[in-house]
Amino acid sequence: MSETLSARPSDAGSGDRRISGVPIRLEGVTKRYPGQDTPAVDDVTLEIAAGETVMFVGPSGCGKTTLLKMINRLIEPTEGRIHLGDEDVTDQQPDQLRRRIGYVIQAGGLFPHMTVATNIGLVPKMLKWDDARVKERVDELLDLVGLDPERYRDRYPRELSGGQQQRVGVARALAADPPVLLMDEPFGAVDPITRQRLQDELIRIQEELGKTIVFVTHDFDEAVKLGDRIVVFDVGARVVQFDTPERILAEPAEEYVADFVGAGATLKQLTLTRVADVDLQQPTTAAVGSDSAAAVAAAQAAGDDYVVVLDERGRPISWPSLAELSRTSTVPDTVDQRLPVVGLRSTLNDALDTMLAASQGGVVVTGRRDSVAGVMVVETVMAAIQRTRTQGAG
Amino acid sequence: MLDYVGERWGLIAFQSFQHVSLVVQCVVLGSLLAVALAALVYRNPTATAAANGFSAVGLTIPSFALLGILLAPFGFGITPAVIAITFYAALPVLRNAVVGLAGVDRALVESARGIGMSRMSTLLRIELPLAWPVILAGIRVSTQMVMGIAAIAAYVLGPGLGGFIFTGLSRLGGANAINSALTGTIAVVLLALVLDLLLVLAGRLTTPRGIRV
Repeated sequence: MSETLSARPSDAGSGDRRISGVPIRLEGVTKRYPGQDTPAVDDVTLEIAAGETVMFVGPSGCGKTTLLKMINRLIEPTEGRIHLGDEDVTDQQPDQLRRRIGYVIQAGGLFPHMTVATNIGLVPKMLKWDDARVKERVDELLDLVGLDPERYRDRYPRELSGGQQQRVGVARALAADPPVLLMDEPFGAVDPITRQRLQDELIRIQEELGKTIVFVTHDFDEAVKLGDRIVVFDVGARVVQFDTPERILAEPAEEYVADFVGAGATLKQLTLTRVADVDLQQPTTAAVGSDSAAAVAAAQAAGDDYVVVLDERGRPISWPSLAELSRTSTVPDTVDQRLPVVGLRSTLNDALDTMLAASQGGVVVTGRRDSVAGVMVVETVMAAIQRTRTQGAG
Repeated sequence: MLDYVGERWGLIAFQSFQHVSLVVQCVVLGSLLAVALAALVYRNPTATAAANGFSAVGLTIPSFALLGILLAPFGFGITPAVIAITFYAALPVLRNAVVGLAGVDRALVESARGIGMSRMSTLLRIELPLAWPVILAGIRVSTQMVMGIAAIAAYVLGPGLGGFIFTGLSRLGGANAINSALTGTIAVVLLALVLDLLLVLAGRLTTPRGIRV
């Protein structure tokens, strides 16, 4: 486990990370549907460590979703055993079992006739928590997924954007603090920028909670970004390769994997490097309402030609050029909707995407609680590409 | 006509109450039966087809004929009237309930099962509330329909406004015959409109805000 984690440069030094997950062990799990010659899932044996994020990837119809749904027994396995921690749960009462396993599907699977709070509180209510505790937990979870409880608690799902619905879906899955989280292509239905934000959020949440996560996706970039390890499946849920993203890209086990993941492509390597791993520039910052002239002077002293404006909670809201800023007396509070922002855990691929989407030559990088961690410029990405090219050639 | 109504106001009011009471009780009973039946069949394509066929064929049976048939085992009185009206009340609700339940997004049902809701609580807390607007539309249709059918129940000496209509029709040409039949008919129409209004109101109050259109 520690080996797997430390294989990722970005995980170095996070060995003391809290783990609240339990291992999952699948033994010879098979699913046969009546009237079909070949099993949908054929004799799969897998060990997933506690606190690990494992991504299931493979072509559609390969049985990866079927395998996922057998873990919480939405689909009953024909053969084989499933263990959570030390427990064999293959014959456990499925409803009881599922209350201990978080489950997230595309678009969150929120119930449209219930408020956000009711949706999130469903599992705790089923576990007979008292109302005060449920209410407290709902607010805590909304906070965790980055939604203001006061504002969102009593809304209905249709009053939320796709990304917000998905956050609530994650909050609902985490409600009773289950050790295991199953995610079935959860971010498939949102736009790329929102998806990237949600992925960053998930990484942050997972760093905080250390659940055991099994995540099905058809997007290999997503798998590389989120996964500690990736399982590549072929038809019948045959495990072709089960390894870290780095090793799957560097040494694909079969031609099939190489084709599927597009290994060797230079730009793929960008998904392996996190924004936190490269050198960031420290921009000049100014708080909303402070003196513009002072901010301009500070920026000139530092050799910058722009200033990152922070709101009262320290979050970046715009980055006016010095020319723009010097036309004002105090720093304006206008929010630049197109301000390109990525998290520290985003990949260089995300950062490049964001820059291109905003037609900017750089992105603001945010760390804890959305505070500014620095600025990354397009040259940094280019340098990274150049580096992998030379490595590839040599 | 006005004199006629004025002289019999007490009786008209009493029969109107009887009529509405009969209809409401039969619709409630019929709806409960229909929803229960729909919940049993909607997951099974064969059973769903059978239920839909049943409700289609059932609606083609003339109410007069059904009442006649029910006379043999049950005799005159309230029993055959209640059975016939409940039968007709159930049919539109059955059809709509099947459609409504089948129309609930499968992903939501799976999501409910996936977070550990039992089969029963998924039905009660997720599927029925989401199908409710469609079921309620069925209840409105069935209420309108059985207001008329309940009038015919007077044939088997059931309670309600049908008595005025049948009395009038049987004495056609006699004094007040037309008045009697008209009074019964108009009262049925007016009460049907009032009931429909109440159902619309009930729909507003019982449809969760999140799925109101």
